[in-house]
Amino acid sequence: MARAGLAPTVTTTDDLSPADEAALSPRWRPPGYWPFVVPALVVVVGVIVFPWAFTLWMSLHEWKVGAAPAFVGLSNYSRLPVDPRFLDAVWQTLVYTALSVVLPLILGTLAACVFHARFPLRGFLRGVFILPMMATPVAIALVWTMMFHPQLGVLNYLLSLVGIPPQLWVFHPATVIPSLVLVETWQWTPLVMLIVLGGLAALPTEPYESAQIDGASLWQVFRHITLPLVAPFLFVAAMIRMIDAVKSFDIIFAITQGGPGTASETINIYLYSVAFAYYDVGYGSAIAVVFFLLIIALAAALLAVRKRTQGAAG
Amino acid sequence: MGEFSRGGPSRRSILASGAAAAGLGLIGSRPAFAAVDWKRHAGTTLEVNLIKGPRGDLLHRSAAEFTALTGIKVSSEVIPEQQQRQKIVIELTSGRPSFDVVHLSYHVQKRQFDKAGWLADLSGFMKDPNLTEPSLKEADFSSAGLQYAKTPNGEMRSLPLSVDYFILYWNKELFQKKNVALPTTFDEMMRAAETLTDAKAGTYGFVGRGLRNANMALWGAFFLAYGGRFLDDKGNLLIDGPEAVEATKLYQRLLTKTAPPGVVGFNWMESMAAFTQGRAAMWLDGVGWAPPLEDPNASRVVGKVGYAVVPKGPKDHAAATYGDGIGVAAASTKKEAGYLYCQWAVSKLMGARLLQAGGGVPFRDSILSDAEVQQGVKMPREWLDSAIGSAKISKLGLPVVVPVAEFRDIVGSAVTATLSGADPAAELKKAAEQYRPILERSEKA
Repeated sequence: MARAGLAPTVTTTDDLSPADEAALSPRWRPPGYWPFVVPALVVVVGVIVFPWAFTLWMSLHEWKVGAAPAFVGLSNYSRLPVDPRFLDAVWQTLVYTALSVVLPLILGTLAACVFHARFPLRGFLRGVFILPMMATPVAIALVWTMMFHPQLGVLNYLLSLVGIPPQLWVFHPATVIPSLVLVETWQWTPLVMLIVLGGLAALPTEPYESAQIDGASLWQVFRHITLPLVAPFLFVAAMIRMIDAVKSFDIIFAITQGGPGTASETINIYLYSVAFAYYDVGYGSAIAVVFFLLIIALAAALLAVRKRTQGAAG
Repeated sequence: MGEFSRGGPSRRSILASGAAAAGLGLIGSRPAFAAVDWKRHAGTTLEVNLIKGPRGDLLHRSAAEFTALTGIKVSSEVIPEQQQRQKIVIELTSGRPSFDVVHLSYHVQKRQFDKAGWLADLSGFMKDPNLTEPSLKEADFSSAGLQYAKTPNGEMRSLPLSVDYFILYWNKELFQKKNVALPTTFDEMMRAAETLTDAKAGTYGFVGRGLRNANMALWGAFFLAYGGRFLDDKGNLLIDGPEAVEATKLYQRLLTKTAPPGVVGFNWMESMAAFTQGRAAMWLDGVGWAPPLEDPNASRVVGKVGYAVVPKGPKDHAAATYGDGIGVAAASTKKEAGYLYCQWAVSKLMGARLLQAGGGVPFRDSILSDAEVQQGVKMPREWLDSAIGSAKISKLGLPVVVPVAEFRDIVGSAVTATLSGADPAAELKKAAEQYRPILERSEKA
C-alpha cells in the first residue's frame, strides 16, 4: 500500500508532454525511505551477511593461518563424520545442553512458584536469588574450580559433613559434564525464575478461584492450571536457555578447557581449538557452519514441540 | 649516524651514556650499557607486544628506563599468554602487525615463525659494535636458547629472553617425617612417592599436570629421561616407540598410584595448590614457581620447600626446557630501534632483575653465573642451584614443529587416557597415527 512521500510516485500522464512521459513513466524510482534503510542495511550486511558468506567461503578452502587458501570443495565437511573428536563433541554438546535446559527450567519454575507467594522479605530474597546471574562467568568459573578441588574444595568438605565420600567433580571424565551443568544451573536458574515469575504475575485469578471451590489439590492446580498457562513463558525460557547452553564456552573453557582428556569438549570448545589453536581456519569454518545448522535444528525442534502442544491445547 | 662511526665517541656521548647507565642502577662497577650508541634512534616510538607474566610485566614496568637510555618511546601492550599467541599470529599473517617488537613462546611458536619468516634477521645487528654491547654474544646464550633463536640457516631471528626448566620441588618436612632421601633417579622418585603417599592422611607422594595439553610439558620430562626423541633426523615422528611407552608407564604409575585423586584434571594451578597446602611431597614443574611457594600469604610450606634438578632417568639426565624470546617483526620499519629494545630486554640488568625476583631464568650464562647477581637472588640458594644445574642438562621439552598445539592436544589426550586405565602403547600408537598426517601436511605446506 502506497503512502504519500514514502512510495514510488504514481502520476497520470494526461497533462505531460511526450518528453516528460518518456522521462517519467517507464523509469523506476527508489522509494523515498531508502536513505533511512541504508545504514541498517550496511550494518546487517557488514556484521551478519558478509561474515556468514565469508565463513561459508572459508569452509570450502583448506586454509591454515600463514598459508594461502586452497579450494577443496566439500572435503572439510567430509572430514566431520569421520573425526571422532568432533562426533564426541556433538554428543557432549547435546548432553550438556539438554541438562542445562531441563534443570534450570524445573528449578526456575519451582523458584518462581515460591517467589510468587507472599511472605516476609520476599523482595530481598528474590534479589539475592538472582545474584548469580549478574556475576561474570569467568570469575564464577575460577571460584568453582577451587570449590571443585578434590582435596581443598569446599564441596567435598560439605559432603563430608553429611557422611558422603569425596567426589572428583570436574576432575573425572564421568562426572565432569554433570559438574559443569551444576555451575550452569546455579547461574541461570534465576533467569528462568524471572521469566516464569513474569508469566505468573500475568495469570488471571478466576481459574484458581474455581479450582479452590472445586477442591483441587495444590498439585492439581499446578499441573492443570498453572503449568498450561505459563507454558508460553516456559518455551521462551527454554529457547533462551537452549541457545545459551549450546554455545556455552566461558565456563567450560575456564574450568576444564574441555578436559579431562576431551570429556567435556563441546563443539564450541573444539571449534575454538581448531580455529585459534591449530589455526585450521577452513576446517574450523566447516565446524562453525554445521554448529549453526545444529542450533537452528534445535530451535526448530523446540518450536515444533511448542506448536504441537499449542495445537493439542487448542 | 652514530658517533662511533665518525671515528670514536665524543666526550659528550661518553658522559651521556655513563650518566644513563648510572641512573639505571649498575650491577657491579661495570657500566651495564657501555659502548653502544643507544641514542641513535631517539625520538622514535616503538610498539611492543608482550606476554603477561613476570617477564612481560618487568619489561613493561621498566620501559621508562629504556626511554631514558635511548630516547625511544615505548608503547607496550601486555596480553595474557593464550590470547597473545593468537593475536600476534593473526597480525603477522596480515602482513601489517601493529607492533615492532614481539615477545614469543619458543616452545609453541618457534617453527611457525621460522617457516613464515615473520621476524627480522638480527645477525647483522649483533655484529655491529655501534648497536651491540660487547658482552652480547651468541656464545653467551645457552645451547637451548640458540636452538630456539636461530633458524636452520643460522640466522638469529630473535634474542632468547627467559628459559623455563622443569625442576623438582619437594617438601622437606614430609620427606623428613617418613625418613626418605631426595631421589636422584626416576626409579628412586617412584619409590619415594609410594612411601610418601598416605591417602588416609590426605598426603600424596607426587603431584603434576594431568590435564590434556598441559600435561605434555611434564610428560616431556619423562620422555627425555627415557632417551626419547620427538623426531628423527628426517623429521619423522617418534612418539610411539619403546622410550615413549616406558615414559608413559612411569607417568601413569606415578599419577595413578601416588598423586591426589582427580589429578587427571590438574593443570599447574591445581598442582601448585596441592603442593602449597602440604598435600603433595613432590611436584615436577617449571622453575618459575618459587615466589608463590615462598610467599607466606599464599603457601603453607614456606621455608620447607626443597628445589632440585630433575632426577636422572634410565637413559638420560635431561631437564625439559621451554622458553620465550623477543624479536623484531620483519614488517617493522624500525628494526634497529626494535633491536635496541630486544638487546635491552635481554641485558644483564634486566636478566638480573628477573632472576633475583625469581620470576624467570635468563638464557645468558654470564648473568646466571655472575656472583654479584647470584647474591641478590631473593629465592633460596637451592632454587638458584637447580636452575644452574638444569642449564647444564637442558633439552627441549616439545618437538620443534608448526602444529605444536595439535601435538599437545592429541598426544596429551592419549597420555591423559592412560590415567583412566588405558594401555600406554595402544594410546600412543593411536595418537601417532592421528598426528602423523597433521605433521606431514604442515611440513609440506
